[in-house]
Amino acid sequence: MTAQLQGAPLNPFLIYPATIVQKRQDSSDIMSLRLQLDDSKVRKSFHFQAGQFNMLYVFGVGEVAISIVSDPDEPAYLDHTIRVIGRTTQVLGRMNKGESIGIRGPFGHGWPMEEAKGKDILVITGGLGCAPVVGAIEYMFRRRDEYGSINILHGVKASHDLLYRERFDAWRRHPRTKVFLTSDEPGKTWHYHVGVVTELFEHIESDPEQTLVMMCGPEIMMRVAVQILALRGFRPDLMYVSLERHMECGIGLCGHCQLGPYFLCKDGPVMRYDAIAYLLGKTGI
Amino acid sequence: MKRESSAFSQSEQGILARTDFSRFLQALQSRGYTIQGPRVHDGAVGWGAVNRLEDLPIGWRDNQHPGSYQLERTTSTRCFGIVHGGESMKQHTFAPQETLIVIERKKKTFECRPTIPETKRIAILGIRACDIAALAIQDRVFLQEQYPDPYYRARRKNLLLIAVNCTRAVETCFCASMGTGPKAQEGYDLSLTENDDDFLVRAGSRAGLEIFQELPLRPVSQAQLDEEKVQINACAASQTRLLDQQQLPQALYDAHDHSQWDEVATRCLACTNCTMVCPTCFCHTVEEQTDLKREKSEHVRLWDSCFTQNHGYIHGKNFRPTIKDRYRMWLTHKLGTWIDQFGTSGCVGCGRCITWCPVGIDLTQEFEKIVTSLNHRTS
Repeated sequence: MTAQLQGAPLNPFLIYPATIVQKRQDSSDIMSLRLQLDDSKVRKSFHFQAGQFNMLYVFGVGEVAISIVSDPDEPAYLDHTIRVIGRTTQVLGRMNKGESIGIRGPFGHGWPMEEAKGKDILVITGGLGCAPVVGAIEYMFRRRDEYGSINILHGVKASHDLLYRERFDAWRRHPRTKVFLTSDEPGKTWHYHVGVVTELFEHIESDPEQTLVMMCGPEIMMRVAVQILALRGFRPDLMYVSLERHMECGIGLCGHCQLGPYFLCKDGPVMRYDAIAYLLGKTGI
Repeated sequence: MKRESSAFSQSEQGILARTDFSRFLQALQSRGYTIQGPRVHDGAVGWGAVNRLEDLPIGWRDNQHPGSYQLERTTSTRCFGIVHGGESMKQHTFAPQETLIVIERKKKTFECRPTIPETKRIAILGIRACDIAALAIQDRVFLQEQYPDPYYRARRKNLLLIAVNCTRAVETCFCASMGTGPKAQEGYDLSLTENDDDFLVRAGSRAGLEIFQELPLRPVSQAQLDEEKVQINACAASQTRLLDQQQLPQALYDAHDHSQWDEVATRCLACTNCTMVCPTCFCHTVEEQTDLKREKSEHVRLWDSCFTQNHGYIHGKNFRPTIKDRYRMWLTHKLGTWIDQFGTSGCVGCGRCITWCPVGIDLTQEFEKIVTSLNHRTS
């Protein structure tokens, strides 16, 4: 029953008004919004897990699925990092502090934060899509003693794709934590590794048998990473990936987000790798 | 939806004379039901209001083939000679278009309220066994997950289902092979088997029994029961199509790279007809419809299809960009992953997707080509 209460929407068919209490521009096309649900009763009953997502609604425009990146223990405020890329996010990008938007959620299954306790953690992210795992990383740093070593590997194509440079620097300062960055096509000022993310694996300092892996990024990257990690003794049953599909309803009813037998909005977006291994790499599904 | 059908198995049955059929309609009307039954319009049968016996398509029959549907008038006096049309039961429970919520601006913010439909009692007259089985599947999808759909539930709870057992199949039918027909086994309130001069009536629920008891029925003779069995068995035996489910769902998972998907994609137009006429397809999308003053916005749910370009689309990427991907998605879901998701096949063998496909693609044939050659490859 607890599992249902933690991270289940009040009414998945209704949109609840919320106010933008803070807006931060992370880059020219990426911003973070801190939201607060207007109704105090709704706010108090809203609980989520790291890795879950909300459907954010802009009046008269539409809804968009966005990961919650703030701490599940402080559900009064909901942080979302959003890339301005589509119709709805373009309007969201022009909105400011004090303006009203809507929330349906939270939806889906998040990262296995309980299972991860006491284990070494390896986070592998690629491209721009690392937002779904940011919440999990921040979660662990707020409870640093409960986790073993934390290795964060992040790869970007071009060096100007690197966002949150300060955030990576801040993470680096935590005890028993390593952060490695790499770029395929580095610019002149790039002073990290050059190459693909899997080349960083030799730097990982953790016990493969006892390491829980969290991955987020292009499916091709995750597929290659898993193969190399397995050769290094990492356990497939401790590997988790966050996947992306067209999400609309949030409760596995509208049919768009299907990946094989799964509805990713409900069964994911975080999936244990061995459950979906046979599906990754297949084209057109 | 739970129905108490087991308590009314074989004993509650009787013979209703054709001349008394109007009294059956009156019994429904006196209980406040409006009757939806088969009506001929635009060269096909669809659901429409039935107020009197003459509204039914007396004497009509349907001829269905891959990519072809034609009605023909006969001298028969039967009311239910047409097996079915392009409209399944689906529209009565899962509306093709309906407003889910209304959002109204209130100063700087907004208010959101659900628009659960107020429904009246509707008697569905002439639902076939395949469509009853399909309704049970849709009940599973919409009502038995963590969040039962209140819109579906509101429509579903006021339906009275009057089945008609099939004594004639069209060329595209394969219910016998799917185990759903030709005779309705459960899930109905009343069922009818039509003969030239009378109907064999059965009650299948408490609500059905109440109406049953008002009818001027004669007892059923063993000869009449035997004759019914002969007719229904003959209907099943006349079906030429079949779908061998033994190796499902695995057979389709193994078939991802099969060349037949390329072949079928050269014929498939991705027109979405198969998913629209399918009685179990449940994909939908929600459209934002805002008034011109931008004071009020409605979220309108519309039937969607996995054959559309938008279905697998996500900011700048389409996971299923080709028709090949989409046909494979549809067939693999319908016959394969559906079993993982809901513990049942998504196909009931109604054959509509074959009839209403403009180029006559036959899923039983496509499936057979794929699975047979897989077996060949592994043996």
